[in-house]
Amino acid sequence: MSDQTLKKQDFAKLDRTEQPKELVVRESISAWKDAWLRLKENKLAMISLYVLIVIALFAIFAQFMTPYDYKTNDLSSTNLPPGPDHWFGTDALGRDMFERTWMGAGISLQVGLYAALVDLVLGVIIGGIMGYYGGKVDEILNRFCEIMYSIPSMLVVILLIVVLEPSMFTIVLALSITGWINMAWIVRGQVMQLKNQEYVLAARTIGASTSRIMFKHLIPNALGPIIVTITMTVPSAIFAEAFLSFLGLGVQSPAASLGTLINDALKAMTVYPWRMLFPAILISLTMLCFNIFGDGLRDALDPKMKK
Amino acid sequence: MVAYIPFFQHDMEVYKQLVRYVIKKILFMLLSLFVLASATFFLMKAIPGNPFQSEKNIPPAIQQMLMERYGFDQPLWKQYITYIGNLLQFDLGTSMKQQYVTVESVIKNGFAYSMQLGVLAILVSIVVGVLLGLVAALNHRKFLDGFTIFIAVLGVSIPNFVVASALQYIFGVQLRWFNVTGLYGPLDYVLPVIALSFLPTAFIARLTRSSMLEVLSADYIKTARSKGLSGRVILVKHALRNAILPVVTYVGPMTANIITGSVIVEQIFGIGGLGKDFVSSITNRDYTLIMGLTLFYAVILMIARLITDVAYGFVDPRIKLTGGKGGS
Amino acid sequence: MKKNKLVFMLSLVLVLALVVTGCASGSKNESGANNNEFRINLASEPPTLDPAQATDQVSFTVINAIYEGLTIIDENGNVQPGIAEKWDVSEDGKTYTFTIRSDAKWNNGDPITAHDFEFSWKRALDPKLVPKPSQYAYQMYYIEGAEAYNTGSGSVDDVKIKATDDHTLVVTLNAPTVYFESLLSTAIYFPVHQSVTENEAFAAAADTMITNGPFTMTEWKRNTSIVLEPSESYYARNDIKFAKVSFTMVNDSNSELNMYETGKLDYAGYPTGALPTDQFASLKEKYPNEFQIKGTASLYYYLINTTEAPFTNEKIRQALSLSIDRAAITEKVTLGGQIPAYGLVPPGIKGVEDEYRNEVDDNYFQEDLELAKQLLAEGLAEEGLTELPAFSLTFNTNELHQKVAEAVVDMWSNNLGVNAQIGNEEWGVFLDNRTAMNYQVARAGWGADYNDPISFIGLFTSKSGNNNTGYANVEYDALVSQVDQSTDAAERVRLMAEAEKMIIDSHSIIPIYYYSTVYLMKPDVKGVYVDYKGDVIFTRGYYEAEAE
Repeated sequence: MSDQTLKKQDFAKLDRTEQPKELVVRESISAWKDAWLRLKENKLAMISLYVLIVIALFAIFAQFMTPYDYKTNDLSSTNLPPGPDHWFGTDALGRDMFERTWMGAGISLQVGLYAALVDLVLGVIIGGIMGYYGGKVDEILNRFCEIMYSIPSMLVVILLIVVLEPSMFTIVLALSITGWINMAWIVRGQVMQLKNQEYVLAARTIGASTSRIMFKHLIPNALGPIIVTITMTVPSAIFAEAFLSFLGLGVQSPAASLGTLINDALKAMTVYPWRMLFPAILISLTMLCFNIFGDGLRDALDPKMKK
Repeated sequence: MVAYIPFFQHDMEVYKQLVRYVIKKILFMLLSLFVLASATFFLMKAIPGNPFQSEKNIPPAIQQMLMERYGFDQPLWKQYITYIGNLLQFDLGTSMKQQYVTVESVIKNGFAYSMQLGVLAILVSIVVGVLLGLVAALNHRKFLDGFTIFIAVLGVSIPNFVVASALQYIFGVQLRWFNVTGLYGPLDYVLPVIALSFLPTAFIARLTRSSMLEVLSADYIKTARSKGLSGRVILVKHALRNAILPVVTYVGPMTANIITGSVIVEQIFGIGGLGKDFVSSITNRDYTLIMGLTLFYAVILMIARLITDVAYGFVDPRIKLTGGKGGS
Repeated sequence: MKKNKLVFMLSLVLVLALVVTGCASGSKNESGANNNEFRINLASEPPTLDPAQATDQVSFTVINAIYEGLTIIDENGNVQPGIAEKWDVSEDGKTYTFTIRSDAKWNNGDPITAHDFEFSWKRALDPKLVPKPSQYAYQMYYIEGAEAYNTGSGSVDDVKIKATDDHTLVVTLNAPTVYFESLLSTAIYFPVHQSVTENEAFAAAADTMITNGPFTMTEWKRNTSIVLEPSESYYARNDIKFAKVSFTMVNDSNSELNMYETGKLDYAGYPTGALPTDQFASLKEKYPNEFQIKGTASLYYYLINTTEAPFTNEKIRQALSLSIDRAAITEKVTLGGQIPAYGLVPPGIKGVEDEYRNEVDDNYFQEDLELAKQLLAEGLAEEGLTELPAFSLTFNTNELHQKVAEAVVDMWSNNLGVNAQIGNEEWGVFLDNRTAMNYQVARAGWGADYNDPISFIGLFTSKSGNNNTGYANVEYDALVSQVDQSTDAAERVRLMAEAEKMIIDSHSIIPIYYYSTVYLMKPDVKGVYVDYKGDVIFTRGYYEAEAE
């Protein structure tokens, strides 16, 4: 109980740069781990995930599994049924259907993934800006989005591809032109909801920059709905590409997507059914798995929805 | 609609709000149409070459006269002003491939077929979809549930041109139950309508099932049940009414879906509707027809979305009709 | 849970109702013969039925049935009198005097006069024609003064078409033209009723169309169907046997085949519709008496840009041509019974007595891999190259062109080790690039405008607008102009054969195949055929009476 008064020399000035603005003491895993655990419990969703991974692996590695490639013609062996040489048979130009089917799966998946990626980037940036700044900025951007959104997307896609030559790039571009709006709105909604919560206010008071708040606090917490939207975008983009294939506006030969393969095979459905069979099974399986996985993910990330 | 709340039960303020909302939406529609019209115009103009070329060379003097006749020799901005001016007078122009055929007459001819098919498909999707969803929810985790999920999954995982072709081949060629093409009698609607409603039905069944499950486990249903209300009353009066809400929001996207589907179905079943016109306008590169049909489809979709928004406001009193995020 | 059962029952009833009504509709195998009706499909709506405006095969098919020109071509490709009863040709071969049938009538009962033809032909040449100038008017440039008037530099009064009285039409040509009589049977020379000046849109609806052919249009439902019935005022009404001709409009080859197989069509396939290429082989087996392949006077070929190095080198061009296995393309890729082409003029075109192609063999070159390799090596050495730089083969976006191009590029790569890319372009872009010689190798196709080899030989003169190869040879031009001057059939064929050899030997073009027309037709249909140009002619068709 001696001299307890604080003196000036008891205080030392800390170097501000040495200290993080805010320190995360323990890794915050709980929410994500929880979601992951819930997802793992959902057997169907997990099976779907594994199937998708297998499909992706085949799409990447199938080219090393046979002596054939997707584009070399062999006019001496056209329209062969599945056999030991050609596991999925051959098409009208004698091209190996195993290679073409997996190539098609790869292209279809890429179309879906790239479309989702573009949506993600555009949607998060624009939606984030709308949600974070609000006010005039939000007003203007939101009106813009509403105008874009009221334009029927499939028509725009078709128009664009009529003008540009059909290729994977143009298809993704066309699909993304209106595709990002939905994502932007979802991000906007999430950000608006989150930005006034205490922890964000706290971060702001201790001087965190806007981009830091955005990418460290707001976006990660809005990630659930974002991921769910992505898993739904991928299959709809795959379907959209298949639809374009029917109009002759899909990926151009010798490249192939599942949509173009099915459309080609449709004309020979009664004679060479196997040309239809494998791509059709694969597209259905892909769609199915994305749908189930997407549902599972939503249930896992949003406990309120849990049955 | 089951959960219809009559107008007069809302107060005047709500009514005014609704009118204001609708007017605002319509203004937006017009603005969007202007943007779309301009975009399609410049897109079409960006296509290189001119539409009068063919394998056999046309003498340059004739080419020149053709260009003059269609005003293609004018500077772009003049063509644009003419185009927008005509649009304001509801003149969508004349087909570039089919002589003396105005875009308006194409729409008049084709829309009747597309409309019939579309409305039938929407009705079938809603009735069958809700029914399936209901059956599934009431038999949760039983055989019928699994069966419904299976159908729903098929619906969203098979491209509809495959469905249409398969239906045509099985029921038209193999079983000979229906005509393979054309719309000559009422029975000829069966296959196209099934093909068109396949995906929306599946989607609605899924929506209904999950919202029904949610509602059935909600407290107020449990309360109703504990009060001794009979199963049917609960089902119709409480559960279904709320479970149907998500279906209403789906009407907009469903219309878009059915329009996209009609392009395929009309082509395969040889029905002279707008979808078939749209495909041929694309393959013929008939630019005026492409632009005209695009605008027309856009109007239809916008109206469908507006109806959805308004209807949702009626069905769900919790929703306030104010600007913000539009549509569904 | 009673309600569940209720709902279940409801849905069951719904499904059952569907099935039962479905069964009730069960349609038998129908036949057009029952109603003496001929049913055929059009893949698209005919863009116009005004003979001066038509440019496509669908329009031509309908127009050929509802209009008739001064002459008609019979099944053997010979010229027969049509609306003209007879005609005289002057000594110098330039002036034709036609006598119009006195019993020729429009379908409204008006007599057809020589004035109608004078009016119609001048109308077709009118540069101010509404709604647009005729794209095929150039096929009338043989007539003196026609080109000048059509291109705006001459007057209509100088066009040498003159009706001297109601039944006499006098036409003067620039030069003797041996195929002029055959040209007269094509749409651009068909007459239209003089009242069309009051309603230029006469050909856009069934009820305003005044026609003079064997059939009359009684119904035109846009984008759905067209119905023709025999014209009662046609001069040879008794030769017309079908009571009705119905066109459906289905643009899907599978659906069209399904319609044929379920008895909804009596004729399916080309030229007006389509059959799935992949099913040709199985259809041939399934319907041996109904599956038909008819050679068509059109050539499928590739152009080489002879102005761009290294394709300036003839040996390199020759190597490309010699290393293509044409038989493999027709048998495995196009599948439609096309004939591998080694010349320029397709079969079906008349020569002196027989078909030109039978009189002049097209064995100008043979495919030879070893020779091709050797030529390529020599050519490269001459150009100072060690290997052929990558080049591209362009074509307009189309499934068939795509397949052929893929196969050809694959052959070049396997046989010569040449690296070629394929590139598809939108029609307009493609034509622009081809005309501007902005390509290396490009696809081309050419169909006969009239039944004479010069329709093909004339393409590669140095001033031809459709040459597009950079091939310019004074000798060739001289040969062609000699052909144009001559009226002696044997001499013309000799000169044309010489010219054909010259262009083929230059390897400026790579002929691939001569087209064919594939179709299915019910076995009891007779007198319906596909002519040398590939048009389906059904005006004199009939059903064979049943055997009983």
